[in-house]
Amino acid sequence: MATVSGSDVRDRPPDTGETPAMVIEVRIPTILRTYTDGARSVQGSGATLRELLDDLETRHPGMLDRIVDEAGLRRFVNVYLNDEDVRFLNGIDTELSDGDVVTVLPAVAGG
Amino acid sequence: MRFESLLASVGHTPMVGLPNLSPSADVRLWAKLEDRNPTGSIKDRAALRMIEQAETDGLLTPGCTILEPTSGNTGISLAMAAKLKGYKVVCVMPENTSIERRQLLGMWGATIHFSPAAGGSNEAVRVAKQMALEDPDWVMLYQYGNPANSAAHYETTGPEILADLPTITHFVAGLGTTGTLMGTGRFLREHVPGIEIVAAEPRYGEVVYGLRNIDEGFIPELYDPSILTTRFSVSSRDAVRRTRELLEQEGIFAGISTGGIVHAALGVAAKAVKDGRRADIALIVCDGGWKYLSTGAYEGTLDDAEDALDGQLWA
Repeated sequence: MATVSGSDVRDRPPDTGETPAMVIEVRIPTILRTYTDGARSVQGSGATLRELLDDLETRHPGMLDRIVDEAGLRRFVNVYLNDEDVRFLNGIDTELSDGDVVTVLPAVAGG
Repeated sequence: MRFESLLASVGHTPMVGLPNLSPSADVRLWAKLEDRNPTGSIKDRAALRMIEQAETDGLLTPGCTILEPTSGNTGISLAMAAKLKGYKVVCVMPENTSIERRQLLGMWGATIHFSPAAGGSNEAVRVAKQMALEDPDWVMLYQYGNPANSAAHYETTGPEILADLPTITHFVAGLGTTGTLMGTGRFLREHVPGIEIVAAEPRYGEVVYGLRNIDEGFIPELYDPSILTTRFSVSSRDAVRRTRELLEQEGIFAGISTGGIVHAALGVAAKAVKDGRRADIALIVCDGGWKYLSTGAYEGTLDDAEDALDGQLWA
């Protein structure tokens, strides 16, 4: 997996001795924090981005529809896995690993 | 090197090796110094090309006013060229841009119309489109959708890079209007089999993403994702860190967006080393650091710089 991430601190949960649950940090843009009680980031799990989003939907109902539609990711939503745009990986089926950081952002103009 | 005028000197920028940042003798970084353009940024290429195309097409005639949404550099380039060619320039610019950009725009005679910080350049685009509708005498060149923008890079930036670095394997540049990556990338893909085209996109503070609705997002009309190999989102912290490293290790005093590009290029370089592949990675130095001195990016701790940049449009 290519990554340019060099500064992200990835805190892992303490080892409880049980089967380790996959933990993925998901950074939520301001515009979607109505679904997370204002939280800037939430945690979830899933072997793929699709599974992760489905997992989040169980605790943050309504958010899924704002990120995906029938075709996959919504046009003006960008999702990054460890800073890399998932549209250049495997899109909604991009595989995830424990400790990954997923960032959701609306598409904005530069220039 | 001698030119007929300042405008004729746009482009032809040097490419320099980055021996200290390059990870090995087989994986090398090369920087194209676009700060060596007349107004100090890569935008001179697109601005001049868009103006000349509009003249050819009969859209721009003497006395016209050019209206453009811009976070700074394109406006500065347009203002310089317009001054020499006899046009007026009105820039619609988000209010959260550095003071130096405003000073430079004023110096070259442009009028600034500020758009709200929330929403960043999206908002500037929206306001400019509205203003253009209200006054048909204003000519909007519209860098986000004007094919002359990417054509400038297809015709000049791309060929210059290939001539200086025929062994190129990767091209890394910033993603804003997408003009640099679309034009240069398309040219290089046509001439270099297997080349990788990598975008470094600035990840700003939260206010910049302060849209009212997620469907208000913006994708430049020029953007064609099939040109890109991949696309990285670079935080302001990583961009500042790399801007400082470029200064410290290679002596290059660049703007913050260049730091973001260096960050992505170093990621690409590390991957080439890991995969045991040779690489000649060309990256763009978009502009010099002068316009960003007041942002605090070059002094104090990284935390301080990151805080100071929060909410600023630094690319």
